[in-house]
Amino acid sequence: MRGAIERFIADGASVALEGFTHLIPFAAGHEMIRQGRRDLHLIRMTPDLIYDQMIGMGCVRKLTFSWGGNPGVGSLHRLRDAVEHHWPHPIELDEHSHAGMAAAYCAGAARLPFGVLRGYIGTDLPAQNPRIREVECPFTGERLAAVPALNPDVTVLHAQRADRAGNVALNGIVGAQREAALAATTLLVTVEEIVETLPAAMNAIVLPHWVVTTVVHCPGGAYPSYAHGYYERDNAFYQRWDGIARERGAFQSWMQRHVLDCADHRQFLHQLEAVKP
Amino acid sequence: MSAASRDEMMTVAAARLLHDGDVCFVGIGLPSAACNLARLTHAPDIVLIYESGTIGSRPEVLPLSIGDGELAQTAACVVPLPQIFSDYLQAGRVDVGFLSAAQIDRFGNLNTTVIGHYERPHTRLPGAGGAPEIAAHAKQTFVMLKATPRSFVPALDFCTSAGFLDGHGARARSAGRGRGPCTVICDFGVLTPDPHSDELTLTALFADVVPEHVRAAIGWPLVVADHLDTIAAASAPELDALRALNARTQKAHAQPVRVPQ
Repeated sequence: MRGAIERFIADGASVALEGFTHLIPFAAGHEMIRQGRRDLHLIRMTPDLIYDQMIGMGCVRKLTFSWGGNPGVGSLHRLRDAVEHHWPHPIELDEHSHAGMAAAYCAGAARLPFGVLRGYIGTDLPAQNPRIREVECPFTGERLAAVPALNPDVTVLHAQRADRAGNVALNGIVGAQREAALAATTLLVTVEEIVETLPAAMNAIVLPHWVVTTVVHCPGGAYPSYAHGYYERDNAFYQRWDGIARERGAFQSWMQRHVLDCADHRQFLHQLEAVKP
Repeated sequence: MSAASRDEMMTVAAARLLHDGDVCFVGIGLPSAACNLARLTHAPDIVLIYESGTIGSRPEVLPLSIGDGELAQTAACVVPLPQIFSDYLQAGRVDVGFLSAAQIDRFGNLNTTVIGHYERPHTRLPGAGGAPEIAAHAKQTFVMLKATPRSFVPALDFCTSAGFLDGHGARARSAGRGRGPCTVICDFGVLTPDPHSDELTLTALFADVVPEHVRAAIGWPLVVADHLDTIAAASAPELDALRALNARTQKAHAQPVRVPQ
């Protein structure tokens, strides 16, 4: 993991760590924090706890997103602090709706210049975000919303399995991962397991080896998000995060102890199990 | 059995609005409770779609997040997220969308983005998520929101999701395909749009409420219908089913999860 992040994630890069609630690549995000990445343009539909942590640790210059809360719990306090009080520094927002971001990833995957949708109707979002515009349908004249394609420098995913050739398979809730993966210049995937042969899972998404740049074996790499078939989402942790992230000091000491002072994800998981209430 | 709380009254009232077989686009929180209560009582064949891509979910406990494994495990099928928004929602295959907000105005427009100015907000809220397109394309939307002068406001700080826009037919002239926020359920009762002006009008009250209570909680001069319905109290079977669902849910969410090693 250390080598992959060193090699593929540069300061200033645009990076999408995708995974819609499921299969969020926490381990990769933590390694970026350990290595002190700066000025990243982070892209994710739901920033979730991992971007809250990266924003609070000062890794982020710009955020492209569509829903920035702690699901079922409330605010992402570090994101709020960055927007409301510019702490630890100001952050530029490129804000969309889920449908708009999904269209932008689809366009990116297909290497089209923009995505089109019947969206943002009557809302104030286009007035705040110059990247949300209108096009006229050349056939009917209908005015439709257009969003520029998202093409991250690097997309990072966590998946259940890869084989030795580098083919990657994920299943369960798959969000917009396939589109985010194919939209990127570089695709880094962490996996629960490396297997001889991928099981023929019906309807699973398979990313073939020639679109995958590198695979890192990282069991538990989505925790406290989850990997269907391996471990569950730690909903109690998501609820506890509200208290941890609310104050700057408590947040910083948690990050110091649980991320910076841990050499790697294995140690992070190990000491977290040890201190569980 | 103790009397129903405000949350329970709102949830039961919302559940009753759903018909068996309805295709519902569900959000987290009270809407998810209402849709699952309907499924467990009078509408066993209701189809619940969660934006994470699960179609026909029948969760045993309410999800904490919109993408809990429970939703996928109990779904008829799971599709990629872009499909949910393009081929189901945008294509007009959703009957009812549930929404909530920090602010609502008299025409049912909603704010979930910021309190204050966008550039330097007093309070940064989570943002749009699926709401703008649910508001546009679901055949109708139900809004669930507790009434206070801070939430039912004369003017939104930011319009995240369009309701009836400026009213008087403005929505019908827009590109939004659905009929808009046809019912707003608050903790005092129900508001529905006036057929001519589209202005939200108080049309039904919970049993212990008088219109003065609602007027005091709403930040604009509230129009009250000539005839006010009284919403029937939650029945014992409704309350039993809801409380059992909430109890199962709380227990499940507090359950320690083994940290993978």
